[in-house]
Amino acid sequence: MSYIEFLSQYGDRIVSGTLVTMALTVLSALLAVAIAVAAGLMRMAPNMAVRGVATVYIEIFRGTSLLVQLYWIFFVLPLFGITLEKFTAGFVAVGMNLGAYGAELVRGAILSVPRGQWEAATALNMSPAKRMRRVILPQAVLIMLPSWGNLLIELLKGTALVALISVTDLMFQVKQINGTTFMSAEAFGTALVIYYVLARFMITPFMRWLERFMTRKMGRA
Amino acid sequence: MLDWRWDFTWEILPRLLVATGNTLLAAGLGYAIAVVLGLVLALAQRTPFTPLTVVVRETVEFVRSTPLVLQIFFVFYVGPQFGIRLSPWTAGMIAIGLHYAAYLSEVYRGGLESVPRGQWEAAKSLNLSTGRTYFRVILPQALPPSLAGMGNYLVGIFKDTPMLSVIGVAELMHTANAIGSETYRFLEPFTLVGVIFLLISLPTAAAIRLFEAWTRRKLGMS
Repeated sequence: MSYIEFLSQYGDRIVSGTLVTMALTVLSALLAVAIAVAAGLMRMAPNMAVRGVATVYIEIFRGTSLLVQLYWIFFVLPLFGITLEKFTAGFVAVGMNLGAYGAELVRGAILSVPRGQWEAATALNMSPAKRMRRVILPQAVLIMLPSWGNLLIELLKGTALVALISVTDLMFQVKQINGTTFMSAEAFGTALVIYYVLARFMITPFMRWLERFMTRKMGRA
Repeated sequence: MLDWRWDFTWEILPRLLVATGNTLLAAGLGYAIAVVLGLVLALAQRTPFTPLTVVVRETVEFVRSTPLVLQIFFVFYVGPQFGIRLSPWTAGMIAIGLHYAAYLSEVYRGGLESVPRGQWEAAKSLNLSTGRTYFRVILPQALPPSLAGMGNYLVGIFKDTPMLSVIGVAELMHTANAIGSETYRFLEPFTLVGVIFLLISLPTAAAIRLFEAWTRRKLGMS
């Protein structure tokens, strides 16, 4: 079977797998951003209990493998009475894992906003919440955006693991195709190229655009 | 609801500890490949021969932007299609070693670029050959700043070894999976795997942070 025939026969499945991968990436990215901001802020809270919760969360998710977390969420969590559908389990695991890494980015970025900004906001009699929302966070976002670009590529790569709990993403489809045709170079090679294209020609340009957009919004263009 | 069985825990623990040995071995071997190959990839990007530089640069980008688990499948299954049969261990080590070599080459690149130009000029004026300049002047200065990044990826490669289970390398995750499907109990094996990973990666990460602070002090960087 030539490569053209291969594509015409299995193209549909590869495309549908790619769409599932993209959906997973978007959902887990949204979850990761939400968790990262929450855990990053909690990590700097004055209350020790709040700080402790965030620290434990971050250390557990950064200290173990995504695959271990995925299996745990999918196979063990049901024993606690929480059964997630496999697609949900997949993006929740990826989102929670990358969210823990993102939390450290958020914390680092907030801490690197110059002291004068904090003092000026306090001098203007802003409440801590308002100071964070209106002054510190917008500047922190600009500082951490480049690192988020790398993190989102890690996230896209992470979604490939959900194939192991049978979510029908790109990885899963090419694994199935390989199982029936034994055209490994074609199947896995095509998937590699698609992941590369998603990372380099979708995520990276999107993040560049977001950086430019945010810079303009902050009036620093 | 939840019933954690301690007798079962003690029964499977020895098997998991043996598998932990395999996990550490896989991480160590993969890392050794990555450390050497990464340096080769970093140096190849500095040669004056542009086609080589471009090819290596793009390859590194490609490897870094695609999932490791897919690369493991690729290496393992594509060989036999062309008559090369690789054992799971060999395929796994090639894949994970190459993946992390791409990451480490970026770390080295940063270190190499941080060496001031004057060092090159001084070496040239002393009539040192390129090889000698690299080994006696440039690398000794480029590697210490790279140590922190190298340490992070050591922990990283350790945490990525469970992916080798997909082609049947008998490391921790593979063993826990096997125990799970033999006994239909997933709670203890999967939780233990998580605990073992934490017990190894947290102290290692802490040790790397201390080591990093120590090298910074030694080099007078802070």
